Order: sequence, then structure tokens, then C-alpha cells
Amino acid sequence: MERRLVSGDEAVAAAAFDGGVHLGTGYPGTPSTEILENFSRLGGRAQWAPNEKVALEVGLGAAYGGARALVTMKHVGVNVAADPLFTAAYTGVSGALVVISADDPGMASSQNEQDNRHYALAAGLPMLEPSDSQEAYDLALAAFELSAQFRIPVILRMTTRVCHGKSIVQRRAPVTVKAPAFERDIAGRVMIPAFARPAHRKLRAKLAEIQAWAEASPLNVQVKGDRKLGIVTAGVTARHAREAVPGASFLELKTIYPLPLEKIRAFAASVERCLVVEEGDPFLADRFRAAGIAVEAKAEAFRFGELNVDRVRRIVARDSSPEPVLPKGKPPALCEACPYHPVFASLRKLDCIVAGDIGCYTLGVAPPYQGLDTCVAMGASLGVGLGLRHVLPEKDARRVVSIIGDSTFIHTGVNGLIEMVYNPPATGHVLIVLDNGTTAMTGQQEHAGTGRSLDHDQAGKVSIEGLGRAVGVKNVDVVDPIEDPAGFEKLLVDRLGRSELSMIVSRRACILAAADIRKWDKAIADKCGGCAGGADV
Amino acid sequence: MSSQVVNVVVAGLGGQGAIKASDILADVAFRAGLDVKKAEVHGMSQRGGSVTSDVRFGPHVESPMVTIGEADFLVVLAPSEVEVTRPLLKAGGTLIPPDLVDEKALPNRKSLNVALLGALWYEAVKAALPPHLHAVNEKAFQLGRAAAGAK
Repeated sequence: MERRLVSGDEAVAAAAFDGGVHLGTGYPGTPSTEILENFSRLGGRAQWAPNEKVALEVGLGAAYGGARALVTMKHVGVNVAADPLFTAAYTGVSGALVVISADDPGMASSQNEQDNRHYALAAGLPMLEPSDSQEAYDLALAAFELSAQFRIPVILRMTTRVCHGKSIVQRRAPVTVKAPAFERDIAGRVMIPAFARPAHRKLRAKLAEIQAWAEASPLNVQVKGDRKLGIVTAGVTARHAREAVPGASFLELKTIYPLPLEKIRAFAASVERCLVVEEGDPFLADRFRAAGIAVEAKAEAFRFGELNVDRVRRIVARDSSPEPVLPKGKPPALCEACPYHPVFASLRKLDCIVAGDIGCYTLGVAPPYQGLDTCVAMGASLGVGLGLRHVLPEKDARRVVSIIGDSTFIHTGVNGLIEMVYNPPATGHVLIVLDNGTTAMTGQQEHAGTGRSLDHDQAGKVSIEGLGRAVGVKNVDVVDPIEDPAGFEKLLVDRLGRSELSMIVSRRACILAAADIRKWDKAIADKCGGCAGGADV
Repeated sequence: MSSQVVNVVVAGLGGQGAIKASDILADVAFRAGLDVKKAEVHGMSQRGGSVTSDVRFGPHVESPMVTIGEADFLVVLAPSEVEVTRPLLKAGGTLIPPDLVDEKALPNRKSLNVALLGALWYEAVKAALPPHLHAVNEKAFQLGRAAAGAK
């Protein structure tokens, strides 16, 4: 196969294709989104799930059925998927299951910079981590083999620079995998306490075997250099470190969990100063020290943000002088023609307290609107808005509005919608769904509400306003805020004045996606002879 | 090792094609048989904010990111981004500013990214060779470009 210059995300997609993956699923999230898009382009079967928990469950079911499954998400998505993830470690899989955790140190496009290496330790799941695109390809393939061999889900941890960085990749010949087939294993798959207790012991025994595998694994790269300085490192940081101190001895870890502790112990003993250089939390250093391996960890200042060559030089030199910072550039903002403008203008004019959510509309927090009061997690606008309504004095409670995008509403907003109906505040509540017909912020992906599949073909369509009516929201309206901004504001004023539950779906296509949406809908209509948009299934 | 690596940063505002320009540049280096790495941050890139994309090429490249003060070339597509990215440039590095090309002369306003790549090629050829070879190599460069265009 020819060598190509590709991103880490493209490399994982190619590995999934060459590794015989039967099904890829996930929820869009920077920097993971392009994996499934590219897997689909290569001819793989890829689909978006409403959220990461459902995606993982679909992938798990496929792997129970003997298939190879790939499940992709950003780091915070793993929080959503954590419930099935932890117990999937007990049940194991029949085929293979690889979960991509795409972390975002430095928070280029995220609400936190959590270090998901902790998940591998907490759940007891093997984790591999590449440092560039070739390793992303090789380790994704290795992850599928590891998962199939030990019948356990494997996490492939990536970070923004590996996902979106490009480097040269040489693909290998595709592997042939077994066809999916069901094998009954009630004691192994039904996690009632009587079966889960032995399953936990079995998991720990499996992890001991995988640690032995990691000790001997050629995936971990050792470089003999100056004995005065030995650096243990992982992920893209290994690339920065090899450049920053080219003469040092290196142990580049690819098996993040279970760790090859004896290999590390021997390496540490072979050098005068053993320094752990890692991005994010001192995960590796803490594990080494817990195992009684004396290592030097980076200074606390380097827990924050991304590392780079300059920061690695500082870690090595124990340099705590102020780091150079670039002048602030222009922050991202709502597009000039964004359909959210009139909504934020009205919210500001009416002095609303706005419980916000995750998506393009989070940019409404910037001047001139400063239009959000909270933004925490996907779907949190509903619960947070309701909590505020429950406790604030009536005058202020009536100012509270929850705003959420269409894709985020489908993701986990629906659960908050049910809470709104079940535990309504005395003053009622107003929910605005900003429906621009796409998962805009991550690059215009489809979702269950668009009626189109990941590859923009016809799919089942979930009605957002239909969900509102079905669960029992009293007032449900659909408006176009660009067509009639005054009408939108009048409606909002009316709904804020009632002690009732109201849902306003503010519907207007994303300005960046509108032309594509028209094109996709036309292609679907042409194909099925006039039935525009998604089908009612 | 690092001294043989060429560091280029392309900067602009979301929607200007900074990432596209860096992709083209990286592809050229790759086709020339060099090791190439590039890094940038997507996600917010279509929302009009500042965008930078790092391209590094040479016999062997480790880190995908250009260190502050170590860029050999800085290509800037928007006037507002010149001062905020200037510290990336090394002492004696080459700045290719947006006003180098007359916007009115562009066949399409959106093609400034590719126009500045043209300037970058020229500067790179000059930087790689002693002055007495500039004229002959500029001619050779034009010849190669014309030959590819005629295909």
C-alpha cells in the first residue's frame, strides 16, 4: 500500500477498515469526529448514535455478537458512556471492541481537560496511546487484536495533536476476520451479583495476563542514550521530548494500562536521573511511585495545558521562569448570519437568566450578548435551569430560560425534558431548542433529528417538537427567529409570563450547512421519487 | 537534526483557508520525499477566530508543533493576525504578510491563501540558495510550474 500524509483520525479510520471492523458508531465530538466520517468514506459501516452511552451499548452488542466494533467519542463523552463501560470490563466481548477516547489537553474545543487515562485504571480496561498518525494506525490495529485475543474492550486514547496532526502513514494488508455469530454465555453476560462477583475476579486475572503481555510487547519503544538522563514518556509528548533532548535515554510507552512496570523499573535503574514527561495529570509518575519505582515528576505548572518542545525543555531543566505566551488572537464568534442572533438579542433585552448548553450557541456568551449564565455539560441546560427555577425568588425564577441545540437536545436534553414534566417548578419553565438542523459546532454532522444518516442518506427522523408534546409539555411552538424576530420575542414574553411548561423550537438551518442540507435532501428526494427529507419510520 | 527541519506557520482567521494552504504545503513537501508533520486546532476554525497551522518538514521530524520563536517562515492571511503571530518567527525568519499581494489583483478574494503560498515558494527558493543562483532558479521554478500547468 502507498504511503500517505494523513491525520491521526484518518489513520484510525483506515486501521478500522483494514482491521475488519463490522460497525463503527459514536457521537461527534472534537477532536474525534473525523474518525467515523473517514471510516464511512472508506466504505465501512458507520453511524451516529444519539449519545456516547448508546453508541457504546450498540458497539458492545455488536461485539457480543462476535463482530469487531469501533466506538468513538471525545474525552467528556466517556463520562456519558462510563456506566456501560465499567461493566463491559466484567462481561468482556466475543468479537472485538475498541473505544476511542479523544482527549483535549489545553481545551482547544472543550469544557474541561480531564485526563482519561484514569478511566483505564478505574474501569480495569487496557489502554494504548499513539504519538503520531503511523502509531495511531498501528496501535488501532493492535487494539483490535488485543481485544480479540483477551476478549476485553480496549481503549485507544488519543489527544488533539494526534487526532488532528498529520504525518505519514503506511497501511498494511487488510486482515480477514470471523463473521459475527451469537454464542450464549449467560453467566458471562448477565451481570447480576451472583455472576458479577466471579466476573470481577476474572477481569483482574485477565489484566494480570495483559500486564505480562505489555512487559514483552514490542509496541513500547526503548532508546538507548545518555545514561545521565532517562525519560519515560507517552503520547505526542514523546515526539516533543525526543526533539527537546535528542541525546537522552528514552522509554516511550504505548501500553498505558496495564503498565509494563518491571520494564519501567529496569529502565529507571539503568539511568542516573529518571524523569517522567507526560501531558495532563501525573498519571504515569503516580503509578510508578505506587509500584515503588523512584522517578522524578514534572512540576505542577505543567499539569495545565498542552506540552510542546519548549515546555519539555523547561521540565528537563527544572526551569520555572515565566513561559512565553503569544498575544491573544481573535476569539471565535457566532457567524454574522447565524440564526441564533435574534434569540440572544431577545434574551438580553428581557434580562433572562440563561442556563446554556454545549454547541455553537455557547459562543453567545461573548459580547455583545454575554447571553449565557451557565454551561457545564451536554444536556445540562434543562436540569440546571429547573434547579434555578426551584430555588430562586419568584421574580427571578420567572427570568430563567434553558437553551439547548438540536443535536444536544437529542444527546441528553431529552432526559431533562422528562424531568421538567415530572418535577415542574411552581413558576413553570421555558425551554428554547435552537434547531439549526445539524450538529454545527463539530463540523455539521447529522443526528436523529435531521432524518439523515451519517453519510447524509435517508434515515428515520425524530421530531423534536413531537417529543415535547409526547412527554406532556403544555405549550409547544415552532418558530423561525430570522423570518419573524418580533414574533419570536412576543412569544417568549408570553411564555415567560405563564406558570406553565413551554418549549419553543427556534428552527432555521445553520448558515454554514444550509446549502449542503438542501443538496442532501434533494438527493434523497430524487432517489425516492419526491419524499423530501427524512422518512417517518 | 532539528536544524534541517523547516518550520512554517500559516495564520489567518477562520474561513480564510489557512488550513487548506498548510495542507497544500505539507503535500508538496511529502511529494518531494521529505518527512512531514503538521498540527493545527480544528473545531472553532469556521467561527471566524484566529487559526494557525504548523507545517514541519525535513529528513526526520519529531514534534508536529512549531515552537514559539522557531518558525523559519510565517505566512499570514489577515492583517489583524500579523502582530499576534509575529513572536512565532525566529530571528531572521521570513514573514509573508497579507498585503504582499494586491487583493484587487486576485481573481477571487478567497484565493489569497494560495497567492501567499506562491510568495512562500519564492522566498523558500531564495532562502535555500546563494544569491547568484536566484535568477536561474526562479526561471527553473517558473518553467516547472508552467510544465505542470500545460499537462
